[in-house]
Amino acid sequence: MTTAIAISGLVKTFGSTRALDGLDLTVNTGEVHGFLGPNGAGKSTTIRVLLGILRADSGSVTMLGGDPWADAVALHPRLAYVPGDVELWPGLTGGEAIDLLGRLRGGLDRRRRDELIERFDLDPSKKGRTYSKGNRQKVAIVAALAFEAELLLLDEPTAGLDPLMEVVFQDVIGEAKAAGRTVLLSSHILAQVEKLADRVSIIRLGKIVQSGTLAEMRHLTRTTIEADTAGRVTGLEQLPGVHDAEVGDGRVRFAVDGAHLDGAIRHLSGFGIRALTSHPPTLEELMLRHYGDELAAEHAAEHQGTRQAVRK
Amino acid sequence: MTATATPAVGRTTERAGGGALAGTGVLLRFDLRRDRVRVPVWLAALTLGTLWVAAAFPQLYPTAAERQAAAATMNSPAGLAFTGPAHYLSDYYYGSMLSHQMLGFMVIMVGIMSVLMVARHTRTEEETGRAELVRAAVVGRHAQLAAALILTVAVNIALALLLTLSLGSLGIGGVTWAGSLLYGAAHAAAGITFAGVAAVTVQITEHSRGASGMGLAVVGAAYLVRAAGDSAGSGLSWASPIGWAQQTFAYLDNHWWPLLLNLAAAAALAALGFALSTRRDLGAGLRAARRGRPEASRALTTPLGFALRLHRGMLIGFAVGMLVLGMSYGPFLADVETKLQSVEVLKEALAQLGGATFVDSFIAMIMTLLAVVAAIYVVIATLRPRSEESSGRAEPVLATGLSRAGWLGSHLAVALVGGPVMILLAGLALAATGAPTVDESGLFWEIIAAAAAYIPALWVTAGLAVALVGWFPRASALAWLVVVYAGVVGYFGTILRFPGWMSNLSPFGHIPRIPVEGFSWTPLLVLTAIAAGLIALGLYGFRRRDLETK
Ligand SMILES: Nc1ncnc2c1ncn2[C@@H]1O[C@H](COP(=O)(O)OP(=O)(O)O)[C@@H](O)[C@H]1O
Ligand SMILES: [Mg+2]
Repeated sequence: MTTAIAISGLVKTFGSTRALDGLDLTVNTGEVHGFLGPNGAGKSTTIRVLLGILRADSGSVTMLGGDPWADAVALHPRLAYVPGDVELWPGLTGGEAIDLLGRLRGGLDRRRRDELIERFDLDPSKKGRTYSKGNRQKVAIVAALAFEAELLLLDEPTAGLDPLMEVVFQDVIGEAKAAGRTVLLSSHILAQVEKLADRVSIIRLGKIVQSGTLAEMRHLTRTTIEADTAGRVTGLEQLPGVHDAEVGDGRVRFAVDGAHLDGAIRHLSGFGIRALTSHPPTLEELMLRHYGDELAAEHAAEHQGTRQAVRK
Repeated sequence: MTATATPAVGRTTERAGGGALAGTGVLLRFDLRRDRVRVPVWLAALTLGTLWVAAAFPQLYPTAAERQAAAATMNSPAGLAFTGPAHYLSDYYYGSMLSHQMLGFMVIMVGIMSVLMVARHTRTEEETGRAELVRAAVVGRHAQLAAALILTVAVNIALALLLTLSLGSLGIGGVTWAGSLLYGAAHAAAGITFAGVAAVTVQITEHSRGASGMGLAVVGAAYLVRAAGDSAGSGLSWASPIGWAQQTFAYLDNHWWPLLLNLAAAAALAALGFALSTRRDLGAGLRAARRGRPEASRALTTPLGFALRLHRGMLIGFAVGMLVLGMSYGPFLADVETKLQSVEVLKEALAQLGGATFVDSFIAMIMTLLAVVAAIYVVIATLRPRSEESSGRAEPVLATGLSRAGWLGSHLAVALVGGPVMILLAGLALAATGAPTVDESGLFWEIIAAAAAYIPALWVTAGLAVALVGWFPRASALAWLVVVYAGVVGYFGTILRFPGWMSNLSPFGHIPRIPVEGFSWTPLLVLTAIAAGLIALGLYGFRRRDLETK
């Protein structure tokens, strides 16, 4: 089995909302797969279909060789889940919640649990109602990682964590990856996925708009180059694939398509490069490139909507 | 709704000008807006319920002789415990009848309304963190509680006016305008007292459920205290806010001054509430949250153990309540026997019932009401998984190796065993305290059998609730209709002499009324089969639907 998750043509509607609209997603065994998209794109819905919590309207979904809806109970002991919005039982302590979720899944590794509690600096004897959002999230993360799951489904797992804890989280996911586990990591925080993911899929309005390794995606997009040169650069604008060139005295800044990077650098070296910095596109830029205009339009519409609601 | 739920408190900065009550006016308007459906529903239900009963009296008791007979029936410790002080019976006309039979019961409802309203606008707000948003704007420390209390007082006054105007204009004999004014005011005064109670309880715990639970327990205790006082004719009734309302003898003597006790108590309690609120942090309780075990016990981490843990508080609370209820009626059995035998009219009625003793019919009547209370537990317990689901806590659990049927089934198991435990505990308490005082052999076991006979009806109640959870999760609160209907038929059926088909609509109407009627297997087996069918249906529906997510 080389694919952990294979989804094709997945559709899920809630009344008139088409949350997933023919989604295709493949996650290979052993990879960390970044699942990126803005709020409301359908990330949580996809993960809930994979958990058998929601039933797909149409499309085919295979996870760990089984059907997530029909074989839910058989599949669940092999996977771990961290919800985006963790709710705990007000009267149960964090430690009790961790043990509960772990043992209902079929057992948890006591040593690993204690080690993770230590690393995440979690107080397991406090009652659920007294935890902050970040601490509730830690409880879910510890419960999910305290046993050897083949597949980790993580839905915006670090939304409430402070930067220090986010580093711990990245270490822990790195270890899981080294141990050969498969991870589906959803996020709208791009930097995080960038550090961990082997491949990413970008979801928008219930469809995957782009999928591949970060390198492949970067190839398709522009790199920004800044350079100090001995002489004034000429002829740069005429090169294929070069955009937005700003040429100063002994200083140049431009963007170049991945395919034409080589030619641009060659041309530049003729003017005596003294210093060179290149900025590969961040995932943010990837996404903005993809639907930046639509996004901007939507934001404007949303704001309008809110204002109207308030006035009502 | 949530997008618009934060009031624009900032705007009042200049007007309010600081102080602990700053912003009360804005919050009040905001609270009122949030309750724009709830308040009218409460007011309409309470007013129409009262009108319905009042309008029925002239048809039920057209002649003086019939009213005299009704007074005689009521004149027993048991009858008085259910209604009000015996003095009302001295001139039992439609007004005093209404006041005697309805006031105590309706004031419970008003108390529930007032407690829930105060808790909802104070502790629930803090719990959800919305209060923080509001308090961060220019709103005084006491504004939230003040706004909640003002709203509740206003709603109580509105109820008083509605009752006065509607009853006064009915033009029924004995239902005078002066009496109606006092009758309405008695509701409001008692309601305001319970709002004061809630102002204190919301300071004590961090949890709105605990705060309203404590407030409702005080309402229940007030009713029990007056029941004990009225049935024994002792001064104990004067220890209860519901007792004070009844001591006005509206429509009979029209005393206004007992309501001063209600208002004084309300003022003192509200002052205590405000004082306590300054001694705690926002969101915290006076009782500090305790720490717990850092690790789960073996028992907790099994599906059933987990369900039991979530149900534990409610199970224990109800079990104690059922024992107290059973014990509080037990001592009346001996009274019923000795005092009622002498009433001439009742002897005739008794002859019609075909050999049943007073004690027997009293037991059958009590058991109906105890069964309704047990059904309240059953509905609460069966709907518990629904609140787990809508709060988002079911999702991580159902992502483990636990199946949907296993999860829902373990909660259901608690309800299916817990309901019978409740009615049997009440029966046991009634039998243990009552049977030895009555000279009737085998009565102990008859009482237990009377209690046990209700078990299938409780199962049907659970079945209906779980079927709703499985198929119409958003409408699962409709399960309460079973309880409300059984309660209305059980309580008013005797006062208003409902026709038989009305009680047949309820699963509780099919239970043999032991010891008045003999034991019979057929209805019990049929009800059990219906319950099993509904449960299977509910589990099936739950397995094939989407889990509702947050
Ligand atoms: N239970 C539900 N009922 C109705 N609409 C829903 C429900 N869950 C999700 N949606 C809608 O489906 C879309 C996708 O939501 P979601 O999967 O939560 O997005 P994401 O996790 O990417 O932020 C959104 O438009 C959301 O409003
Ligand atoms: Mg989401």
